[in-house]
Amino acid sequence: MNNLIVLPLIIPIITAVLLVFLRESIMLQRIISLLTMIAVSSITLILLNIVQAEGIIRLDFSGWLPPFGILFVADSFALLLVFTASIVTTICLIYAFSTIGNRHEKMFFYPFVLFLIAGVNGSFLTGDIFNLFVCFEVMLLASYVLVALGGEIGQLRESLKYVLINVVASWMFLVALAYLYGTLKTLNMAHIAERVAEVGQDPLLTTVAILLLLVFSLKAGLLLFFWLPGSYSVPPAAIQALFAALLTKVGIYALIRTFTLMFPLDQGITHTIIGIMAGATIIAGCMGALSGRDVYTIATYNVIIGVGFILIGLAVGTESALTGAVYYLMHDMVAKALLFLLIGMMIYLTGETVVKNMSGLIRNYPLFGWIYFIMMLALAGIPPLSGFVGKILIGQGAIEERAYVLLAIGFASSIIVLYSLLRVFLASFFGETTISFEDRKPIPKGAYVSFCLLAISIIYIGVGAETLSVYVKDAVHTLVNPSIYIDAILKEGA
Amino acid sequence: MKINDVILRTVVKGVVFIILTLGVYLFFSGHNAPGGGFIGGLVLGSGIVLLYITYDLETIQSKMPFDFKKVAALGVLLATGSAIGSLYFNAPFLTQTDGYFNIPILGEKHLSTVTIFEAGVALTVIGTLVTIILSISEDE
Repeated sequence: MNNLIVLPLIIPIITAVLLVFLRESIMLQRIISLLTMIAVSSITLILLNIVQAEGIIRLDFSGWLPPFGILFVADSFALLLVFTASIVTTICLIYAFSTIGNRHEKMFFYPFVLFLIAGVNGSFLTGDIFNLFVCFEVMLLASYVLVALGGEIGQLRESLKYVLINVVASWMFLVALAYLYGTLKTLNMAHIAERVAEVGQDPLLTTVAILLLLVFSLKAGLLLFFWLPGSYSVPPAAIQALFAALLTKVGIYALIRTFTLMFPLDQGITHTIIGIMAGATIIAGCMGALSGRDVYTIATYNVIIGVGFILIGLAVGTESALTGAVYYLMHDMVAKALLFLLIGMMIYLTGETVVKNMSGLIRNYPLFGWIYFIMMLALAGIPPLSGFVGKILIGQGAIEERAYVLLAIGFASSIIVLYSLLRVFLASFFGETTISFEDRKPIPKGAYVSFCLLAISIIYIGVGAETLSVYVKDAVHTLVNPSIYIDAILKEGA
Repeated sequence: MKINDVILRTVVKGVVFIILTLGVYLFFSGHNAPGGGFIGGLVLGSGIVLLYITYDLETIQSKMPFDFKKVAALGVLLATGSAIGSLYFNAPFLTQTDGYFNIPILGEKHLSTVTIFEAGVALTVIGTLVTIILSISEDE
């Protein structure tokens, strides 16, 4: 038992509720929300080191032992993602301080961001699949509000679609849970894994697994991503960055958990389907990114390509591929957040969304331009930046498993990513500037701070991959040996 | 046109007390029997909504000057507060405790911290329910 595990969920919730009472004092809201996220990040770092020393730790809520009660489980994989998510949220908050505007801040923007991160952290940490559903809902409800906040026509149109799609997906999630409970009589993830291993994964269980695959694919934007480009284009930049960094990643996390821990036995069917879906996602994402004329389309389809690429790691499923997937997940959270923040700033500076109509930004804002350049190289996977480690390891895994088609699609997508972003770079940053140095709008200092922090994180994940490898290795060790996870929860009497 | 609603007003004056009493009863019976914070809160909330429907917004707001958004927030705070209270005693998150106390006049009673949690749930439900109904009914 270690009560620290619940803090990444409960601290944001309590702070968010307190902020409701401080609606008028915006400065106080900013300070408190920033301090909260810094506190959550540091607690997660402490937890991560505890897990390295003591192995997986769990917290049984109100002392009900598994499999009967609800519990939180902290293993390295979940904690790495909680840590990255908290850091990214902190940085997005810094960006939001100077850009989001008074109107959002007065309409409970900070409380909803904190609810969002509470849902995200809860989804990563929970060890009970029904609780995963609840945490998903906390996250989604906050995201519904954040999509629609501002009340512009485009936002209302897209939020309606977004809400409908997610309500249907959540309903399917409940149906899948009902089947699961009907067949296995348990909702504890470790207990499900144990029972699936005992009875063998018969076709009925595989069907349930595929239903879960469908649900999480909708949430992660794996093949079923038709809702994503629209709803990710409408909210303000700070919210877009949070969505691109966090929401799809929670779906990916759920997929990886489901198919490494709970249903890993019938890989011939499930992992083949995931592989096909990942390949198709990448191809469709590439076509979208190539066809895009405005920066939003290019950026949102890049999110989709990233999702497909990470899930190649899951589809291949070897140790090195999963290691790559974990690295790439962390990289993608940071890099996608930076991409959306930069694009938001480009649109703020020029008032344009179409790539062709922007020009020569780098003359007025050199640092801004070079940070975009670094982000682009990282997303394309150029060493020594953050995307490289993940790409090379997923590639290595694909070669081990002779998944040459996926390998080819994955690496071809890197070129497309580079091309689509380079096009923006050449058109918008290079060339003659349309705005003279004197007339330029200044970039707010807070925005620069957030760009630099994210750029440093990108460089750190790439150059400092060795320092992270202790944690990543432990995370993947648990993923490929689910018995470690199961034993930590069901064996010991603690 | 002014609608003649004398009957509605007269009936509601009596009925609303029955509804509110039922809500409180459900809230307290919840520990060992059907009921609890959620259901009790729903019944209490619907009683308040009935008042809003029968009389107008201004009358009720002058008698009950609460911001129901803040009522909901207070409820969440109470519920989460009772949940993290266990952290202070180094017990697992959400642990509740109970005991039998001798209270003068009432005799020996069973008191539990779950009631605080349930009160939080009830306030959240009341706050959310009334906020939803009020936002729908408000016309700009």
